[in-house]
Amino acid sequence: MPQPVIYTHQLTRKFGDFVAVDAITFDVQPGEIFGFLGANGAGKTTAMRILCGLLSPTSGQATVAGFDVYRQNEEIKKQIGYMSQKFSLYENLTVRENIQFFGGIYGLSRQELKDKTNVLIDRLGLHNEADKLVGALPLGWKQKISFSVAILHRPKIVFLDEPTGGVDPITRRQFWDMIYEAAHDGITVFVTTHYMDEAEYCDRVSIMVDGAIAALDTPAGLKKQFNATNMDGVFLQLARGAKRGD
Amino acid sequence: MNNLFFLLQKEFRQIFRNPTILRMILLMPIIQLIVIPLAADYEIKQISISVVDQDHSPYARKLVQKLTASGYFQLVEYTQSYAQATQTVGDGKTDLILTIPPHFERDLIKLNKGQLYLAADAVNGVRAGLGTAYASQMIGDFNREIREEWMLLPKFNEIPQIEITSANWFNQHFDYHLFMVPGIMAILVTMVGAFLTALNIVAEKEVGTIEQINVTPLKKHEFILGKLIPFWVLGMVSITLGMLIAFVVFSILPVGSYLTVYAFSAVYLLGVLGIGLLISTFADTQQQATLFAFFCMMVFILLGGLYTPIESMPDWAQWLTKANPPAYFIKVIRAVYIKGSTFSDLLPDFFAMVGFAILFNGLAVLNYRKRSA
Repeated sequence: MPQPVIYTHQLTRKFGDFVAVDAITFDVQPGEIFGFLGANGAGKTTAMRILCGLLSPTSGQATVAGFDVYRQNEEIKKQIGYMSQKFSLYENLTVRENIQFFGGIYGLSRQELKDKTNVLIDRLGLHNEADKLVGALPLGWKQKISFSVAILHRPKIVFLDEPTGGVDPITRRQFWDMIYEAAHDGITVFVTTHYMDEAEYCDRVSIMVDGAIAALDTPAGLKKQFNATNMDGVFLQLARGAKRGD
Repeated sequence: MNNLFFLLQKEFRQIFRNPTILRMILLMPIIQLIVIPLAADYEIKQISISVVDQDHSPYARKLVQKLTASGYFQLVEYTQSYAQATQTVGDGKTDLILTIPPHFERDLIKLNKGQLYLAADAVNGVRAGLGTAYASQMIGDFNREIREEWMLLPKFNEIPQIEITSANWFNQHFDYHLFMVPGIMAILVTMVGAFLTALNIVAEKEVGTIEQINVTPLKKHEFILGKLIPFWVLGMVSITLGMLIAFVVFSILPVGSYLTVYAFSAVYLLGVLGIGLLISTFADTQQQATLFAFFCMMVFILLGGLYTPIESMPDWAQWLTKANPPAYFIKVIRAVYIKGSTFSDLLPDFFAMVGFAILFNGLAVLNYRKRSA
């Protein structure tokens, strides 16, 4: 078995008395599409922020791309891409300028930047929008651009926090095609979502309840284990017992 | 260095695309520099005065006439009743009450001694103080006049008198603009430097783009330089605009060298940019940053010597001003503009500013975290 790209053991994060992430243990294999599910407030985003080096853990162990989250978080940042829940490209820059900026600070050379920008604009079919301000584009397009920017520097792992929230079904489908393509290129995908049909697209799925991982398996395995016909059924059985949430 | 290039490119693109920032940078100096020096004026004229005349003598009338003829006082009431005059003060219609008691003239002639009472509404201390001072001076004049008048009759020998001739150095005509304009320029640079920087970074926090930056391998110092340099440039632009307006509108040119003004601005700006950066490290929303900035601004201005001279503050307040960066810059820019001080004259202030720059930027760098604890 190859070295996991993400490894956690009893990883915990407390905010005062509140245990946001409660001793989670799991690993993610290279090239996997790993679904990270849970109700609102279950602790998904907190866990993801720890793995991305944006938040210090309280206790437990974790490595990302072989680097320790306590000591080597700046090393981790070179290996990952991140797309947060909030849209976080610069709305008052154009599509092209955003690509240039983020590509630039990930250390792409000017030639690379030029080539990649053109390829990306081609692929997304954004010829007419490339020089428009990002703020003026519809949400679905913004999300696709965000994702493309997050994997522009060919990271080992890309973290996606509810990338398809509020996006229409057609765009969601296209978005998942992009995810598959990235996974095919060898990028490990770590994705949170609230859409159970999307959970079916994942190689493996973990479901968080009240900060802990309540179940972790392939979608088929989970359905069998909980005797459900679809992921919706699995999720409802687990999430019903949750005490937190909004 | 390559990263810094991309950061600066991005920052300047955003600034030139943001009409609010551009408007603030262009309009703020124009409005502040034109309106404030014209509107805020220390010289007090038109002090309202009530006269309670219980004597009704020619001398009493002569005194009142002298006061009103000066142009500083406006007679709002001429009465016999002190109570009524107090009422007028209570209504806020008069600033001063001059009471001329009964037998004023008789006592003056017979006993060589007359008494007058002056009462001031001290709600506005400056007005009360200046009003009393003007009135006392005029009564003194009046006193001398009648003495001379009496002396003339029996041709006494000359009475000894000390006459004071004063010269006002550097600002001969007490031109208030010459005092205010350089001071306001200093405040402007402070606002642009500290608050635009703070608001800019906090805005990135609010929108969430800072998180996208924090998840990149970008170094802390690169990010900070990427924010400081553009606002340093804007600060220098605003001081240039300020000097331009000072010349065009008020014909004020520095007696000293432009180079000195720029050298001090450059270092001072580094300090205030550090303040802005520091604010941005602990404010999470633009609202918090704005409120805090507002508080700072009050302290900066009131303890900076812009309106009230530092030398006349109580000792403890004078010590506080030593920790107030704008106090140094206001002093320096006035010295260069009005007195023509040179760089070496102001060397201690220069070192103080370098100290502030190191202190605030150091604290900000320590306090800036790519990862929350």
